[in-house]
Amino acid sequence: MIEVSGLTKRYGEKTAVNDLSFTVHPGIVTGFLGPNGAGKSTTMRVIAGLDEPTSGSVRVNAAHYRDAQVPMAELGILLEAKAVHTSRSAYNHLLALAQTNGVPRSRVADVIDLVGLSEVARKRAGGFSLGMGQRLGIASALLGDPQTIVLDEPINGLDPEGILWVRNLLKELAAEGRTVFVSSHLMSEMALTAEHLIVVGRGELIADLDVEEFVALASTNVVLVRSPQASQLRDLLLGPDVTITSREAGLLEVRGVSAEAIGDLAFDHHVRLHGLAVQQASLEDAFMEMTRDSVEFHAHTTNGHADAPERLVETAGAPR
Amino acid sequence: MTSAVLPTRAELNVTPRYAGMKVTQARVVKSEWTKFRSLRSTNITLLVSVALTVGLGALISALTASRWATASASDRADFNAVATSLGGVNISQLAVGVLGVLLISGEYATGMIRASLTAVPKRLPVLWAKLGVFAGVVGIVSVVSAFAAFFLGQSLLSSKGLDLSIDSPNALRMVLGAGAYLVLVGIIGMALGGLLRNTAAGISSLVALFFVIPPLLDLLPSSFSDNIGPYLPSNAGEAFWGHPTGSHLSALGGLLVLCAWAAAAVVAAAIRLRKQDA
Repeated sequence: MIEVSGLTKRYGEKTAVNDLSFTVHPGIVTGFLGPNGAGKSTTMRVIAGLDEPTSGSVRVNAAHYRDAQVPMAELGILLEAKAVHTSRSAYNHLLALAQTNGVPRSRVADVIDLVGLSEVARKRAGGFSLGMGQRLGIASALLGDPQTIVLDEPINGLDPEGILWVRNLLKELAAEGRTVFVSSHLMSEMALTAEHLIVVGRGELIADLDVEEFVALASTNVVLVRSPQASQLRDLLLGPDVTITSREAGLLEVRGVSAEAIGDLAFDHHVRLHGLAVQQASLEDAFMEMTRDSVEFHAHTTNGHADAPERLVETAGAPR
Repeated sequence: MTSAVLPTRAELNVTPRYAGMKVTQARVVKSEWTKFRSLRSTNITLLVSVALTVGLGALISALTASRWATASASDRADFNAVATSLGGVNISQLAVGVLGVLLISGEYATGMIRASLTAVPKRLPVLWAKLGVFAGVVGIVSVVSAFAAFFLGQSLLSSKGLDLSIDSPNALRMVLGAGAYLVLVGIIGMALGGLLRNTAAGISSLVALFFVIPPLLDLLPSSFSDNIGPYLPSNAGEAFWGHPTGSHLSALGGLLVLCAWAAAAVVAAAIRLRKQDA
């Protein structure tokens, strides 16, 4: 379990994390989402005791990590930045870490096996690919068989098979009653892996909710309507809280009216429909929407709008 | 999810999987020994220091013996057989000091320090273990190579009958002192590495302290340099391992001054390690 309360971390003038509070519970995978620069890595460094909070506090398993008698049984962590001496072999790296906490040598071989690095365990870690480096990092996080596992962007650099492996591993670890806290900037990945989400932007909490709630929030359904009488139908549908966009002639994207209601309305007014389909907004879209105002670095296009493809937007009641 | 029902620590499974798991100073020492022996650069640098102590000492001894016939009166007056055979230490101290810097700054450069300090979040045991392993290994290697340099040097000097035996006055103290000096230089290097967290900065400071500042001080008025010079680490070291008549400090005084330098550097490194974000 991880309890972050009122955490603020400043590096000089720059505030990386501002008054952040949340709890990561055991038994489930909790995703830590946010755009780059949102303060995810900083929060994780504070959890690991590497950085001291400017104010506020962090507790791991209801205790202060710095005072832990058996740190590696409390917390295993994979930080985004590499934490391996490049000239040392993977085996010796893990052995040196294991020895500090009295983890038996046999466990070193076991975790190397578990992450699939047996063939290269005696090779210099500096020669590892990004994916192999991530596997080594995961091995060191699991070494002490910890209650709480914190992984910063563990799937970066992994191939599809590796991603699937991490996903299953995290779920297994959580099913064993452990606290699993995983950061990512990919909402779609978190939707598959996590049960709960902590969303941050610019160092502040944006949302603390179950994945299901997020998905429900995200799927403000869009109804795609294809009709030769599109403009007539649009006039019929427009009303308060209804948004209609159109990307091509004869195709409407309707928000705020159910597919059934659109079908009935069209039937009543003798508007011919060639297509009526419900489309769920992607999670990535919903995540972007949620964090739009807090993205640290916007990529500006020439017309000044980074996101939102060109659309014809008509909204009743809210003239633009 | 409501946060009202947080499990207590007792309800969380934080029991270590393996019996007897716990961080102890002895275990951190064992870990640092694994780290020390598993880096090729460490072993190479250590070998270089041995080669310099023994090889350079032999070279200086051989050259001194071969040119003895033409040596000036003042050269002959300054000659000391023990100091000559230990001449390589003047250079091998650089290799040992650099090794000390690298053993800590290398962890910062690669990011390994984050893994080390996460496994041992109290942090200071890591510094003590590094110092202990380093002092132990370099101590043994340096004393052995100082004896090797002494005996090889004396055998080369014996061709002109210039050699001294180990039980002659000051000989044993100088040989053991050379070993101790190298360890202390290495500890200062290690502390500089921990204090500056950067290889280039650490090595530059080490070189400045031992090789740049002493000759610069000689350029100052002697009323000034005479009061400060003996207390510089390299000169304090000379007092207990170098030419017996060359220093203002006594052998014990020199040793204490150099130990004070090393202790100050280590304390500064410990404070930064404990207080500052890693």
